[in-house]
Amino acid sequence: MTLYTLLRSLAATLPALLLSACVSVVSIESSESTKGEAAGAAKTSGAGMPAAPAYPSTYQPLPGGTFLIRNATLLIGNGERMDGGDLLVRDGLIAAVGRGLEAPEEAEVIDAAGRWVTPGIIDVHSHLGVYPSPGVQPHADGNEMTDPVTADVWAEHSIWPQDPQFTRALAGGVTTLQILPGSANLVGGRGVVVKNIPNRTMQAMKFPDAPHALKMACGENPKRVYGKGKKKAPMTRMGNVAGYRKAWIKAVEYRRKWQEYERKRAAGDSRAKRPKRDLEMETLVAALEGRVKVHMHCYRADEMAVIIDLSREFGYQVAAFHHAVEAYKIADLLAENGICAAMWADWWGFKIEAYDTVRENVAMVDKAGGCAIVHSDSPVGIQHLPQEAAKVMTASTRKGYRVDRAHAMRWLTLNPARALGIDDRTGTLEAGKMADVVLWDGDPFSVYTHVERVWIDGALAWDRADPRYRPQTDFELGLGPVEEARP
Amino acid sequence: MTARHALLFCAMLLAALPLHARTLAFVGATVHTLGPEGSLGDATVLITDGVIEAVGRDLPLPDGAEVIDARGKVITPGLFAATSQLGLVEILLVEETVDDRQNDPRIGAAFDIADVVNPDSSLIPVNRIDGVTRALTMPRSGDGVFAGQAALMHLGGGLEPVTHRRVAMVATYGESGARLAGGSRASALARLAEALEDADDYRAHRGDYLRARRYPYAISRLDLEALQPVLRGEMPLLVHAHRASDILAVLRLARRFELQLVIAGAEEGWQVADRLAEARVAVIVDPLANLPRRFESLHARSDNAGILWRKGVTVAFSVYRTHNLRNLRQAAGNAVAAGLPWEAALEAITLNPARIWGVEESLGSLEPGKAADLVVWDGDPLEMTTTAEQVYVAGRAVPMESRQTLLRDRYWDLDRPLPPAWYRR
Repeated sequence: MTLYTLLRSLAATLPALLLSACVSVVSIESSESTKGEAAGAAKTSGAGMPAAPAYPSTYQPLPGGTFLIRNATLLIGNGERMDGGDLLVRDGLIAAVGRGLEAPEEAEVIDAAGRWVTPGIIDVHSHLGVYPSPGVQPHADGNEMTDPVTADVWAEHSIWPQDPQFTRALAGGVTTLQILPGSANLVGGRGVVVKNIPNRTMQAMKFPDAPHALKMACGENPKRVYGKGKKKAPMTRMGNVAGYRKAWIKAVEYRRKWQEYERKRAAGDSRAKRPKRDLEMETLVAALEGRVKVHMHCYRADEMAVIIDLSREFGYQVAAFHHAVEAYKIADLLAENGICAAMWADWWGFKIEAYDTVRENVAMVDKAGGCAIVHSDSPVGIQHLPQEAAKVMTASTRKGYRVDRAHAMRWLTLNPARALGIDDRTGTLEAGKMADVVLWDGDPFSVYTHVERVWIDGALAWDRADPRYRPQTDFELGLGPVEEARP
Repeated sequence: MTARHALLFCAMLLAALPLHARTLAFVGATVHTLGPEGSLGDATVLITDGVIEAVGRDLPLPDGAEVIDARGKVITPGLFAATSQLGLVEILLVEETVDDRQNDPRIGAAFDIADVVNPDSSLIPVNRIDGVTRALTMPRSGDGVFAGQAALMHLGGGLEPVTHRRVAMVATYGESGARLAGGSRASALARLAEALEDADDYRAHRGDYLRARRYPYAISRLDLEALQPVLRGEMPLLVHAHRASDILAVLRLARRFELQLVIAGAEEGWQVADRLAEARVAVIVDPLANLPRRFESLHARSDNAGILWRKGVTVAFSVYRTHNLRNLRQAAGNAVAAGLPWEAALEAITLNPARIWGVEESLGSLEPGKAADLVVWDGDPLEMTTTAEQVYVAGRAVPMESRQTLLRDRYWDLDRPLPPAWYRR
């Protein structure tokens, strides 16, 4: 469950529901398909996994056209800024960025004087759809709290595409989000990257060819959920680490069996016995091989350092530590190891492992040369991510590490895209990338600024001025006062 | 404010006093007084002995005044959290550090947190360096519909932060109230009414009750006593209610017992704004609550505060987490983005909480005679790109440091020769 729901429910609630956040999951691909999606994309035959993806994306962009945004303040997303810039979109892609661009004949021209344009915002840590609104128990689909290792579950199989929270996030400029299982478990399952176009099916939202995540979790949550209450490991942080190690040992062994089988088959041994498929192991092996990105909920610096060694012990790479409240204490270590840190601007104190927050955390990771990300883990926070970045930008600049708006935009666009493995396709305003674009009526870091329009893959998805482009999910239809009755 | 409150307030000011009269003069700032003077450019604020003496343009500076150059700065009243659990919660999931709720069925209305507010809470400095100077701190609901009594506190430091005790009675209705009362809203309403009826009967027959000559009451003697000021209309009853029809039900209850009512939550308050205005009931809302998080708040919308304000309802703001009361100004800024006038948004985090809790004569705005709670900002306080440069509580500059700034400073440079623990402070 998200921290948000977690804390909300605390008012009168079940300790068991208290788990939050991140567990990673790796994906397994099923047999029949051709074009790799996500984790399945790699054509490796390792561990007997089918090369093609299961539950493939059926995402289709909304209908779009050619348009030219003129004379805007462009924050490119990679740290650069262009005042008085133009952006040309054609065929769903960014065709050109520059000054004084020619408008093709068919192009709609949007005069954006006084307005700002940024890449679509990317949230690496969301539970929209798996902990939707209304947050009633039958909707609580984000934590498979039945075993500390549930590498076999996939968040995408829990997503309710009618969650009204998607549309609110869209109004906040969020075009891409990673939906993760919660952090109750050591290994929580696979996460999935979606385009923020709520549709009839989850598959229709899946970001084409984005790697899956493996959600894992450090610290308090797994030991609180299991341990004493359930008389089951883990009960301690050392129990947590033992749990990860046992899981990885099994995965290594599973991979070895499949490699042996494949070697025998290749050598012409037709009697070689095919190992039995194991969903959990397929996901873990995919993570070992880098086809699935490991995203790990981890607050404390010392625990992150242990996890880095754990990843070396078994030969995998952590893509990002999520929540990473103490990332600033080991910012150098994170940078050296090429691990992103995804953080809140100021959340703290709900658990003792979240006691040492500093407002400059994100900037201190950045300053050490690391990959810093502002994430939400909240259906409210996801609507205001630039405001969260603004808090950090301001505090850091005051302390002496100057961060300007163009640079801070990296924390919301390019860096999250990098952690998700989709930075070659989205996350910046550069020619050739998906036209995931937000038009703001002012400085995006101001509380007063509104998102005017959002385009996803070059198609208008949200428009503040046009009710036809303010999508409303099924759940909200016909409940309560009709629009006319509203003041 | 009552005489007792006034005494306490004065005692607090005295405790804050230096040995001799001292005048501070802030010169050249844009001052948002929230009083009759409104907003003034290039203005002067004079403070003597922790109290605002004058605010205006071209004020003569008294001899010996300490002059603070505030040109280019913005001065507002200190931020006032209309609700919180400040001093009652340190770490939410470490139960030893949480005093804001309890499960003894004998204590509901009588649960009074004034004496247990922790003056050493790390939440106090974290929030005050971002401008929060006052807070209502209150219980969360435990096992009954009455959660207990709230207190007012300052964030200026010292061992006795509570300035006003028994400021409000807190109760829960709606989905949570129903759950606490046995499953239905109807049972929650019955429990609320029963407690008030019992307390009223007790008032009239206290002697008989003590001689065991009355029918058995549903609530304990302590709770009966605690509800007396509520029945007298002296202590506001703060009720958590969210659905429009739930707000109406609570309004009916308040009318029946002639209570002074305040509604917290009120995500659907916009639908009954006229009724709230007519009943002169104030609301405390979270401007970021725009999601149908529960069935009782399906019609939450971001312009709730603006609609309520336009209908004449007194509106204050809350944030979801006590740990980050500092985000009240973000809440206010977002309310402005959703249509609330800027001054009304600032009022919702300064003067209106003081009004709602009956301390507007001494707190909440920059007017002569009021406590000198103020913040010097380097820009628009509702913007996240603005910083509180110096915060004053009752005229005293608070240290602009917290556990979080100390941690930051310790780790700002990771290349130091010794492990962090050797850098004491």
